Amino acid sequence: MESLFKRLSWISATTILLILTSIFVVLFLYAKPAIAEYGLKFLVDSRWGVEVSQPTKPQVSPSTKSSATKATPTTTPKDDNIAVNDEDIAVSDEDIAVNDEDIATDENVAVNDEDIAVSDEDIASQVPSSADEAITADDDIDIDETSKHTKVIYGGLVPIVGTILTTILAMFFAVPIAMGIAIFLSEIAPQSIAKPVGIAIELLAAIPSIIYGMWGLFYFGPLVASVFGGSSVSLLVASLVLAIMIIPFMASLTRDSMNTTPNVLKESAYAMGATKFEVIKDVVFPYAKKGIIGSMILALGRALGETMAVAFVIGGVFTFPKSLTDPTVSIPVVLANSFAESNGISLNVLFYLALILFIISFAVISFAKFYFLRDKK
Amino acid sequence: MRLLINKLVLILSTLAALLGIGFLFWILITLSIKGISAINLHIFTADLVDNGLRNLLFGQFVLALIAVVIGVPIGMIAGIYLQEYSYNSKYAQFIRNLSDVMMSAPSIVIGTFVYAIVVNPIGHVSGWAGAIALAIMMIPIVVRTTDDMLGLVPTELREAGVAIGAPKYKVIFNIIIKAAKVGIMTGILLAFARIIGETAPLLFTSGNSEFWTTDLNNEFPSLTVAIYNLATMPNEELVNIAWAGAFLLTMFVLIINLLGRFITKEKTK
Amino acid sequence: MIMHIKDFSFTYKGASKPSLKNINLPILENKVTALIGPSGCGKSTLLRSMNRIHDLYPGNKYEGEILLKNLQNQKMENILEIKKENDFIALRQRVGMIFQKPTPFPMSIYDNIAYGLKLQGIKDKTELDKRVEDALKGSALFKEVKDRLNDDARGLSGGQQQRLCIARAVALKPEVLLFDEPTSALDPISTSAIEELIVELKEEVSIAIVTHNMQQASRISDYTAFMYLGDLIEYDKTETIFLNPKQQMTEDYITGKFG
Repeated sequence: MESLFKRLSWISATTILLILTSIFVVLFLYAKPAIAEYGLKFLVDSRWGVEVSQPTKPQVSPSTKSSATKATPTTTPKDDNIAVNDEDIAVSDEDIAVNDEDIATDENVAVNDEDIAVSDEDIASQVPSSADEAITADDDIDIDETSKHTKVIYGGLVPIVGTILTTILAMFFAVPIAMGIAIFLSEIAPQSIAKPVGIAIELLAAIPSIIYGMWGLFYFGPLVASVFGGSSVSLLVASLVLAIMIIPFMASLTRDSMNTTPNVLKESAYAMGATKFEVIKDVVFPYAKKGIIGSMILALGRALGETMAVAFVIGGVFTFPKSLTDPTVSIPVVLANSFAESNGISLNVLFYLALILFIISFAVISFAKFYFLRDKK
Repeated sequence: MRLLINKLVLILSTLAALLGIGFLFWILITLSIKGISAINLHIFTADLVDNGLRNLLFGQFVLALIAVVIGVPIGMIAGIYLQEYSYNSKYAQFIRNLSDVMMSAPSIVIGTFVYAIVVNPIGHVSGWAGAIALAIMMIPIVVRTTDDMLGLVPTELREAGVAIGAPKYKVIFNIIIKAAKVGIMTGILLAFARIIGETAPLLFTSGNSEFWTTDLNNEFPSLTVAIYNLATMPNEELVNIAWAGAFLLTMFVLIINLLGRFITKEKTK
Repeated sequence: MIMHIKDFSFTYKGASKPSLKNINLPILENKVTALIGPSGCGKSTLLRSMNRIHDLYPGNKYEGEILLKNLQNQKMENILEIKKENDFIALRQRVGMIFQKPTPFPMSIYDNIAYGLKLQGIKDKTELDKRVEDALKGSALFKEVKDRLNDDARGLSGGQQQRLCIARAVALKPEVLLFDEPTSALDPISTSAIEELIVELKEEVSIAIVTHNMQQASRISDYTAFMYLGDLIEYDKTETIFLNPKQQMTEDYITGKFG
């Protein structure tokens, strides 16, 4: 009985290792076709769902065909020449450029460009003759003869840059305010104020992120747009909403580590005639430094992987933002928006993105853990 | 000069605090105004297909509850291993760190993972898939809570249990867990509050259903997924339903959090 | 003699040197044996070897013998040879232990005492009631708690909690009771109550007690062992140790020259 339970407990603990490794492995396996297709160039390619012509017909044809047949959904109507399935939609660079402005000003822009292509007859009809690999193999051969060979290119650069930009900007906005709140709570406010405010901050950290996203879409986005111009869904709005979401989290963690500074230490600094600011700067910060940096990195990790607070307000458009007020897209938002409608290679691409996100956040959190651990010794 | 800088910094940080707190209250107030005005009896008695929230509230609760049923035993027993059986071995330390990393893993990635292992093989979204995704989110939180709370139980109590002739597993279940009961329960309560507000892991695992259903083998109603879908619709009425749902969800999460806080306070008294 | 420690050495896991070296010490039946010495001398380590509570943490090394008299056939058996879980449980019910801090289990006063009895397999309610009552009376706690046996034991005062722990151990009718500085966390009044109790208890059980407090050792013990840095320096009748020690080091410690 005793050894049985001991064994069981070991198995449970190992489940955690198992889940994490299988997340890696499963994401990798599902991403494999995309990795094979696009390789590491995916990371620096800014094209998403772009159709390009294949210069060397015979060599590439089989590989595209095989991936295409795998991807072929049975639901695709055979007689329909107009692209319906998302991965056959080929929007050339030109089309994106042309439609860019429309998309940017569109209020209900939380759809990706494939969807736009599907719903927008104009775009679709602009590329009616494009080769549809996803149409069954028989059709494929027919089209092969009549039109030039093409291949849909997916590149992850835009969402990757979008993720990094929103996170960095969010940190840029959140860190000073969170520090301010933490200093206020632990050093300035009297106990009677610090306590209820502290509780309020902690409660706000518990609010589901979708609430922040919804508020951003309906209230905060329009406000930002009216002040800074541009659309109410943009990189700026997304970063600000993200910042507001991580502020309570960061502030309460920072306050906790600032509170670990022994009072004697602070008092002896005051006794030497230091001002409050000097005590905070020279005693509290150095003492709690590792905890504070750790809490920032944890908040960073949270911002990196956040989906719902961002999905409402980033725009979901696969273009680099030329200014802060342009919409763009981040990895979690791509996943949230496109996952349900994807299959075949485009689904593999999404898994590729998920894998990238997982690796980035894994690295960031492990770094933070390492930091905390060194702190303990 | 020193005094001036001091004053400046203190004022700035107070302002930052006010700014932050102001924003946060702005959120709560708009949420309450929009939410309360959209709440009526109809919302609780009709399903989404008839512009109500009944099936969604039920569905979200069921998903989170199943996640608790799956996640808590695994998480607790793993936490027991870390604290009681591992003697702080390297492996336990490794698992402990890994669990913390997993706690911060992006929730949408958990969703894609469950999609790959459950939804894809079956061929369609299902309530079970959603519950599994939430359970995976929950396990590391429960591990952490159990580990921490058992760590607070004094070693003497374990030794006293053994000294009276109890086998170790009995000491753990009859004595140690009982001593840490309040802390662990609070932790589980907070973990429940956390996962019940999750959207990203459910988007493509449980999906959302407009109808009343108890069939976990098919797409399952989820409040958060519904809020995400409804809020972006051009229909004012549907958006209002989303606000009502958001308000109810937030209130539920806040109440659970306050409850957890209250329990801990009562205990430490 | 109920226990006999022979050429006993003990090494903690990962330590290069043993914490106890070649200890030889008898524990006499129905007597109180006190272990004294400065902190870190190994007296608690020795005590904790006597019911093998060290085995909660794997990797520690025992050498030598610790013999415990089997009351059925009067033979001395080496407890260091125990390997099976069941034998450990039996050993710990025969050799009870009281810790520095009171360790009431998170259950009612009644259940605290009944818990060990239930582990022994006693299910009969009337017998349980009787054994619990006897144990509480035996540790002079019954009068104070008889009206609230079903209250949480953690609501008792520190001294009461410690007496409850003694009652819990006594209820199992052990042959030996080990006390590890049982009064170091208590106020003087509770301390004297516990000391009285220990003196009364030696009618039924043999007792080994670790203490920091030399007055306590001289007040309650019949025999005293002085330990220093893992060695047993001197063992004799308590009066001899305190009035007429043979070793210079013992005398220095007793007179407060170091420690």
